Order: sequence, then structure tokens, then C-alpha cells
Amino acid sequence: MIRFILNDTELSTDLPAGTTLLDFVRYNRRLTGTKIGCREGDCGACSVLIGELIEEQLRYRSYTSCLTPLGNVQGKHVVTIEGLNPATGLNPVQQAMSSCSATQCGFCTPGFVVSLAQFCVSGKEATVQNAIAAMDGNICRCTGYKSIERAAEEITGLLSAREEQDPLQFAVGNNILPAYFSLMKARLMALRERSKELRKPRSTQAFRVAGGTDLYVQRHDELDHDDIHFMFDDPALRIIRRQGNQCIMGPAVTATDLQESAVIREAFPHFSKQVKAISSTPIRNGATIAGNFVNASPIGDFSIFFLAADAQLLLSDGNHTRRLPLRKLYKGYKQLDLKAHEHIREISFTLPGKETCVNFEKVSKRTHLDIASVNSALFITMNGDLIAEAGLAAGGVAPVPLCLQQTADFLVGKHLEETLIGEAIAIAKEEISPVSDARGTAAYKTLLLGQLIKAHFISLFPRLDASRLLHLV
Amino acid sequence: MLNKDSSTHTRGESVYLDDVPLLQGTLFGAAFASSIAHGHITSLCLDEAGQMPGVVKIFTWKDIPGDNQIGGIVPDEPLLASHGVDFCGMPIAFVVAETDSAARAALKKIRVEIDPLPVITDPREAQARGALIVPPRQFVLGDTTTAWNECSHVFSGKADTNGQEHLYIETQGAYAIPQENEGLKIYSSTQSPRATQTASCRVTGLPMHQIEVEVTRLGGGFGGKEDQANAWAALCALAAFQLKKPIKYCLHRMEDMAMTGKRHPYSADFKIGLDAQYNILAYEVVFYQNAGAAADLSPAVLERTLFHCTNTYYIPNVKATGYSCRTHLPPNTAFRGFGGPQGMFVIESAIAWAAEQLGIDKTIIQKANLNKTGDLFPYGQKAVSEAQVCWNKTERLYDTASWQAAVQTFNRSNLLYKKGLAWMPICFGISFTNTMMNQARALVHVYADGSVSISTGAVEMGQGVNTKMVQVAAQVFSIRPQRIRVQSTSTHRIANTSPSAASATADLNGKATLMACTAILERLREVAADQFGATTGNIRLQDEVVCVNGERTDWNWHKLVSAAFGKRVNLSEHAHYATPEIFFDKTKEKGHPFAYHVYGTSVTVVTLDCLRGTYEFDAVKIVHDFGASMNPAIDRGQIEGGLVQGMGWMTMEEIVYDAQGRLRSNTLSNYKVPDIYSVPREILIHPLQTDTDNAAIFRSKAVGEPPLMYGIGAFFAIRDAIRAFNPAALVPFDAPLTPEKTLMALYGKNKKEGADKLKASAQVSL
Repeated sequence: MIRFILNDTELSTDLPAGTTLLDFVRYNRRLTGTKIGCREGDCGACSVLIGELIEEQLRYRSYTSCLTPLGNVQGKHVVTIEGLNPATGLNPVQQAMSSCSATQCGFCTPGFVVSLAQFCVSGKEATVQNAIAAMDGNICRCTGYKSIERAAEEITGLLSAREEQDPLQFAVGNNILPAYFSLMKARLMALRERSKELRKPRSTQAFRVAGGTDLYVQRHDELDHDDIHFMFDDPALRIIRRQGNQCIMGPAVTATDLQESAVIREAFPHFSKQVKAISSTPIRNGATIAGNFVNASPIGDFSIFFLAADAQLLLSDGNHTRRLPLRKLYKGYKQLDLKAHEHIREISFTLPGKETCVNFEKVSKRTHLDIASVNSALFITMNGDLIAEAGLAAGGVAPVPLCLQQTADFLVGKHLEETLIGEAIAIAKEEISPVSDARGTAAYKTLLLGQLIKAHFISLFPRLDASRLLHLV
Repeated sequence: MLNKDSSTHTRGESVYLDDVPLLQGTLFGAAFASSIAHGHITSLCLDEAGQMPGVVKIFTWKDIPGDNQIGGIVPDEPLLASHGVDFCGMPIAFVVAETDSAARAALKKIRVEIDPLPVITDPREAQARGALIVPPRQFVLGDTTTAWNECSHVFSGKADTNGQEHLYIETQGAYAIPQENEGLKIYSSTQSPRATQTASCRVTGLPMHQIEVEVTRLGGGFGGKEDQANAWAALCALAAFQLKKPIKYCLHRMEDMAMTGKRHPYSADFKIGLDAQYNILAYEVVFYQNAGAAADLSPAVLERTLFHCTNTYYIPNVKATGYSCRTHLPPNTAFRGFGGPQGMFVIESAIAWAAEQLGIDKTIIQKANLNKTGDLFPYGQKAVSEAQVCWNKTERLYDTASWQAAVQTFNRSNLLYKKGLAWMPICFGISFTNTMMNQARALVHVYADGSVSISTGAVEMGQGVNTKMVQVAAQVFSIRPQRIRVQSTSTHRIANTSPSAASATADLNGKATLMACTAILERLREVAADQFGATTGNIRLQDEVVCVNGERTDWNWHKLVSAAFGKRVNLSEHAHYATPEIFFDKTKEKGHPFAYHVYGTSVTVVTLDCLRGTYEFDAVKIVHDFGASMNPAIDRGQIEGGLVQGMGWMTMEEIVYDAQGRLRSNTLSNYKVPDIYSVPREILIHPLQTDTDNAAIFRSKAVGEPPLMYGIGAFFAIRDAIRAFNPAALVPFDAPLTPEKTLMALYGKNKKEGADKLKASAQVSL
């Protein structure tokens, strides 16, 4: 049985825990403000807020309900557009959307309102950029977005009065959220006590689901059952900690967790900016790093990043554990070196030191919320002018996320200069085997990989002569 | 006035098809579609699927009591494939089950064997094999054959545009409910209630008065639900009629993308001739329209391509030929612009190509050839032109000379980034080019309590037409908009509707509403005149008060209506409007098909990342001919939205079919439309307010389609930036200009291929 609070109502359901939250709210509870646009997390029409207690604080993040299993909302507060509506009239977010003519056909509108509400309670600095970033997972086909930007400006203006106040209290105080939100923390605490051991027993071979952001795109019709091991809410699986020069992460750590982690921010000052090119806010809120690894997509953004970081995996089948470098995980297209019931228990990598520079590049048809044509990451450690260590990986150029080992090996011990990069690109081109598909022709991907390798060096080493690099063939 | 639905929209309370509460006993349908693009069906086995839990019945063409036919212009489109399939995604069977998931589970158990036949996806190949939907069309003005001799410069080339997925966020669907005495009520997400009704009637064999189609609103249409909403409604109608149960079918996104047609891809050959002063003297163009497997609206779309083949330029000698080519893709259909954008892209390409060969700026040719009032379009209508006004105003208002200079300065001082700039003037004709369709009706009731109800044939799909209807009634009656309700669109209330399309919905239905309200108002004024012993000419309503000779009386709107009702005065009116003065003679390809034209000019500036081949748009600045906008907020939204949709078509939106005719760009994860980050940082729109009389409602010119064509500027701006980086780059006129094509052009890897594409000089004649 799953028990949670939906808007202002605590409820429980015997539906299979694998049922999507979208189907539950629309067809079971007839809350039809949550819309169905794609059922693959790419349009945001079904966005909801999910609130939960994290270290005794109530935190709301946005999710696409089409990819969220009921099993992942156990004991939480799920907020649909109906749960944001004031008894009559419009709240300030809705008012801004309305007065800026930011709604035309209206079908995507509830999703935008939910995302903007999330921005209001997120505690993120009240800037227009942050407001827009909160809507990076919402597609509108009518407005051309400018009116939505104008609404975002209005809302940002409203939040500027918040100063040091608690975002949630401010939102309730200014009618951005209905009053019932102010009691939600206490209600969730009480619910937590009653929710223990509610879950139906599962088999030892239960299918593992983390954020669901990939599984529910591919196989949602197969997951409509109860024999699922939900990993998403296990705090032990969400840790990110530093141990000496190592970073240790649980498998259910999400992209957003990484962005918000002090360990990661310190080690990768540009991480948050680079992550912006990966998926969208609601998907990053659900997508886990280990999920990205085992999904085995040849263009998995985090696979590429952590291949270049030479991440190590701790695998377990419940009885035995073993260690495996990430680069050894991939045996062929969607084929993993995983035995039956073996799963990732822990991910670790060496935190970059002062001499190590890191860059991530990604080019896709659309810059944001798109799958890469080619992506690449470089970890490079310098000793003066000499390259001491290098990790280079690229996606979209092979059947697997590819560690460009020969290219990296070639770089090590060499003086960094323009011609060296040209030679490295030539080696990289020998390592890859791209195919032509919807994301580009093989010729394009080959050219693009070379460009992205140049981009790594131009971004990291401004002293290099970019014009010479540009015209390297 | 704000969009009247903005409160329910932002509260998530607006009702769309999938939100209609279900009646008890509702069954769910799902279509089984061909995965082969062309072939003979040798066997169809439904046994296993039929045994699946919850399955009630599986319909095939054999179960159709009427005609197995939903083709609109040409009867060439079966509802369910019988002996052969003509495209991937063609429905073969329709499963009806107790739940949506049971219906979809059963789809997987249907077995069909199809003997494959050769698949054609290229319109030129289809044309070469004589596979045409309708005979070719040709528009001729002057005589190109002799004009070439007078030209100082003649250039020829090739220009292609890909299709475009509508990507309305609400997918297609229908819900059919049996009524007593064999009637049916169908809720449908359709832009064309009459076409949906007609298709359902044809399939069930019922007369039109037996089937009601009702539409509350659409979650986006853009042309994609003009004729392509019909199949789902007809399938539900068929099943509801046979089973006497309510049947619902909402398509999943992948089904919708795979089974429905899109904007037509075109391939075209052009030849352009200029004199020494860069006046275009002659232009010949041959369009190969990829119509897909059935006619759908393709002949009408092709016609509009020909109407707009010279965009906003006056060219004295034109020969434009169009082939509607039958291929094995899903039948392509209406999409905002309706063939116009495809025609304009080619003339803009021809001008760009000529300018490049001459080594001059493209704007020199563009500006020299803008039409002026009195100039003839190739189809014989005389222009009432705002083209030069818009262009000149753009120059002045946005100081484009300085802007251009700033772009050049930037390019001189930057290595990794280059900017590009492009002008895009537009001219778009307003009216259905099929004259018969330019009619509309409105039914207005004034209730005894003073509230007002309006029904029209217009379908609200975000364009704000219902808000404009409220404005019309509020203005005529001089009452508060809150007194007025626009009802859902129903074929029982308004018969024989034209589709909400061609940008003409507000004009046609607005004029009908205006006529109906005016007729009621006249009767009310007579009542007031009687009361106050005045003549009707001295009675006026102002802010809900009856005024006699300009003096306010103690009669307000409510009192007036009550009095009229007491005197048994008719407070309802059903008005009919038909656009005057328009005609078109297809035998001569001449006439006056448009009530008026909409003009405008845009300038687009892009910044190109020359390392990665990606781009961002700095700004698009527009001067747009609104006439006298009756709702600037709504009209601005149409311009911004249309522009961005057009930019998507020109940049990132790439439809990919493989050689077997299977759609590869079949989900939102591999077909990308603009997101909030991909729109221009700045969009400025200056309204060109014109006083000239026009046939628009309250002189407020139609605004739905024209701005899409500003998006074409995106293509030429990127092209300009590529050439700033690599002056020798050969960039084929082949939209969309994706990051892939951009990078390949920047680094000239496709020099040979590019040259071939550009210089392909097929015979430019019929």
C-alpha cells in the first residue's frame, strides 16, 4: 500500500507501486489539470511538485509525473496544479501568466505554473535566469516563450521582497501557495510514523527502479506491478561524501544531488553550468548517476563524464561484491559486465586536484533538453607544460560510451601545444566507429568529435592559439 | 482584453478532449498500424488478439457499413487498409477493449503479413514515375521565355525544405457516444467539425443530422487537426455505432507522430533573371511537393505555394509549376502557412543565390523588387501593398544600418564566433483559396436576464478567436464582456462550418457574429425608440446604458432586454457571412482569391559558434502590418509564437524517414521543437497601423499564419554567419539548417556535394 498526501488530502492506494503517478492523478483521482503530452518526460505538461522531508526540512522538487512511479512518492507530498489553486481567483504565478498573455491553447500551462511554483519555493536566488531555468523542462508550442519570460520577470520581481525569509513561508504569506502548505511539514512527519512497513513485500529478485526517468520511457507498460525494489528514497543510496581524495557516491544519487553537493561544487567549479546542458530540471531531479551508467546509452552524459574521471564501481549481487572500473562495464551495445542480480552499490572516483582541469562538451540539435549528437569529457592534469595525466571519453561515436584510451595515453607525457592536439584528434578518429542515425551522420559525428576535443583545450587553456586549432584538419 | 480562457488555463480547469468525464460503460479503442510503407496484405490474424482479456471487438475494413473512405478533396484514403498498405502507420484494424491498456496489449498480438512493394519517399522520383495526386498546376504571368533575353544575369539552382511535425501538445483523439435513434455525438479534437462529421457519416452511412461533433477547445492544432482529426473520430464512430457503447481513443505521442502527416517537404528548381539594376525580370520555378500516400489537403497546399511563389516581390514574368507527388509517407497536411512558406523559401533562396554570384548584399535585390500598390501578382490580383512601408520603417525604426555595421565589427574582431544577419519581408494572402469555404455562421442569443451566448463555427485552439468573438459582441452591444459566453463549437448549433484555418477564422466568424449582434441590436433600439418616443437613429447603447440623442436614460441593458422580451421581440439571430468580391478561375489560374494581404518585414541576427556549429539568436526585429489590431496582446502572441515555430522549422526540427518510409524522428526525444532557451533573446514587434479599409473584422488583419514566415530569416542569418567564417563555404538551400549541416558547411567537408546540390539545374519547365 502506498500512502501519501495528494494536495491537501492524505490518501492510500492499493494500486501496483509501479503505476505512474500521472495515471493515478488523472484517471484514479480525476485531477485533470495534469496533462499528458508525451509520456517520456520531454514536454513537462504533466509536471508536479513532490515535497519530502530531507534532514527534517521540507523540500519540494519538480518531477514529470509520467516517469514517476507511485512507489517513489511513499510518505511524500504530491502537488498537482489543483493543489496550487487558491479557492477562487488566481495566485500570483497564475496572475502573472495570465496578465502577460503567457497562455494560448493552455495545454502546457499547468506544467509551467507548477515549475514556476517550484522556483518560488526552491530558495534559489530570485533572478529571471533562475525562473527560466525552472521551466527548462516545459515545452510550449504556441507562445514562442517571450510572454512566459515576461511572466517570469513579474514573479521574480515579487520574490525580490523575500530577502531572508523562509521561501515556503514567504510563498504561503504571499498567497503563492495555499495556506495548507504551512502545516505540511508537521503532517509529513506524522505520516512518516504511520507509513513504516506499509510497502508490500517484494521478492529478492525484484526489479530495481531508481528515478525511473529512463525505465518509464522505455518500459512503463511492463512496470505496472508490485515486485519492484524502489531505491530512490533510501538515504543510504543517496550519499555523496569525500574520503581522502576520493568521492564516494551512492547509486541513487541524482543529477540534482550532484549539482547541489558541496563536495562536487568544490571539485568542479563549473559543474552546475555544464549540467545545464544535460536534460531538464525535473528529469535531473529524478535521473540517477548509476541509472545513467546501466542504461548503457552510448551517449549517456554522466557515463561520459565519469568515464573521463575513471570512476570505479562496487558491484553486488546481494551476497558477493566486486570492484570494476566504469570503463570495463561496457561490453557492447547495451551489453554490460553485470551478472544476474548484480547491481551498482557504490561509485567512487578521485577528486581532481589543483593541477587537474575538467571540461565537458555536448552538441545536440537543441542545446538544452536534448540527447547529444556527440558529447565528450576531458580530465587533464598538468605538470607545468607537460601533460601528466589525461582521461578522455566521448559519446555518440561508438556502440558504447567510449573511453578514448589511446588518445589519452598519447597525450600523457607530451608538451601541450597546438600540433599535439591535431595529432590527438587523428588518433581519436581511429578509436571511434560512429554510425549514421537520427542524431547525425557518421561523417558529422567524426568531425564534431574533433571539434569538441579542440573545444576542450580552447576552453581550458586560453594561451593556446585558437586560430591555429580551428584550422587543424 | 486578455484571453478569456486565461483563468481556467492557469488553474488547469480548461476542458480538453481527454478531460471529458467518461460515461459508464465506455470502451477504449486503439489503432493497429502498418509497419510496412507499401505492400499487399496477404493475411491478417486477429485470433490471439481477440482472445486477450478485456477485448470486445476488433474492427477491420469489412466491418464498415458505409464507405471505407475518409479522403476530403480526393477520395483516395481508406479509413482502414483493405488489401494493401500505402504508408507506415496506416491503420489496418481498430481494437476495442474495456480498458486503454487492454486495447494496447491486444495490438501487440495482431499478426499481419504484408508482401512488400517498392517504397518511394522522394517526390522527384514519384513525379518521374507519374505518381501525381492531381494534374500539375501552372501559374503564368508575362512571358519568361522572351524575358530571359532581356536579363543581364540569370541564375538557376535548387532549394529544398523538409517537413515539420505539428507537435500540438495535446495529441489527436475522439470520444463517440451513441444517442437514441441511431444518432452519435462525437467529442473531437478537430479544427474542422464539419470534416470530422462528414468522414464519420461516410463511414457509418449516417446522414449529417444524425452525428453531432462538439469541440470545446484544442490543445494546439496548427493545421494538424484540420483533416487529420477525422480518422480517429471515424474509428470511434464506427465502433460506437456498431457496439452501441461510448468509445474513446486518445493517441499516444508515438502513435500520433507515426500515423499522422506533417508539413509537406518540398524540393524545387528555380531560375531567376535580373537586369543590370537588379530588378528581377523573370522567375521560373518547379515545385515537387511530397504529398505522401493520399491527397488529404495537398492540392490546396500546393495551390498556396504557387500563390506565394514570388513572396512580396513584383516580378513581371513568372512561370510557376507545381507537382503534388504521391509517395509512401503518411499523407502530409495543413500546417500554419499552408504551402506558402515553402514557396517563399525558394524565391528567397533564388535571391540569395543571385546576390552571392553577383557579389552583392542580398538586401539590394530584395529591396529593389518589393511590390507596390497596383502591381500584379502572378494570379492576376492587384496588390494593395504595404511592402515598402514595412521595409523602410524597419530600416528607420531599428537603425538597421548601425546594426549591420555592428555585426561586421563583431565579425572582424571575433574568431570563434560570427554573427549573421538576414532580412525577411513577407506578404501573405488572407482567405481560403477555395472560394466556397469563405463563409461562416454565428448564432447569438440574448437571454432574458441580459446574458449573451455566442455560437460560431470557430474552433478555439489558442489563437484567441473566442476572445475576439466576445470583443465583437461586447462592442456592438456596448456591454461588459462578463455578460458574454462563447459556447463550444457544435455541428448541431452551427452547420456546414469551414475549418478554423487559413488565418481567416476571426474574420469570417467575427463578421457573422457582428451581423447577428447588429440585427439584435437594431430590434432593441426599436424597443427603446418606442419607449422614449425617439427614432431608432437617435438611440445608442453606451456602457450598458440606453442613450437618447446622447443623453443617458434610466434604462440599462438589463431593463432594455427585459422590455424587449416582454414585447415578444426576437432576441436571437443566426447570421450568415460570405466574403464579398473574391473569386478564382482555376481554368485560367487567375482571379482575386484573397480578401486582402498581410505584409511585414523582419530582421534576424544570429551568433554562430564556429567551433561547435551551434547557434543562438540575438534578436528578431519586426514591423508587422496589423491593420488596426483589435487585441494587441493576442496578436503579439501570435507573432511571437508563429515566428518561433517558423524558426524551429528552419533550424532544429528535422523529420527523418528512412528509405523504407519509417519515421525515425518518432518521439519528442529525437524530434526537437524550440524550448525556452532556443528562442531569440529579443523579439521586437512594431505594429504598422494602417487606416486603409480592408475586409478584416474591425479592420484588424488576420495574424495566425503570416508571422511563421519571418522564421525563414533564421535560415539566411545562419547562412550569412557561416559565410562570414568561411567565405568559400557552400551552403545548400536545404532547410532545416541544423547544427550538423552548419558544421559541415563551416568546414567545407561537403564542398563537392554542396556544389552539386546548388547547381543541379534540372529542366525548369513543364
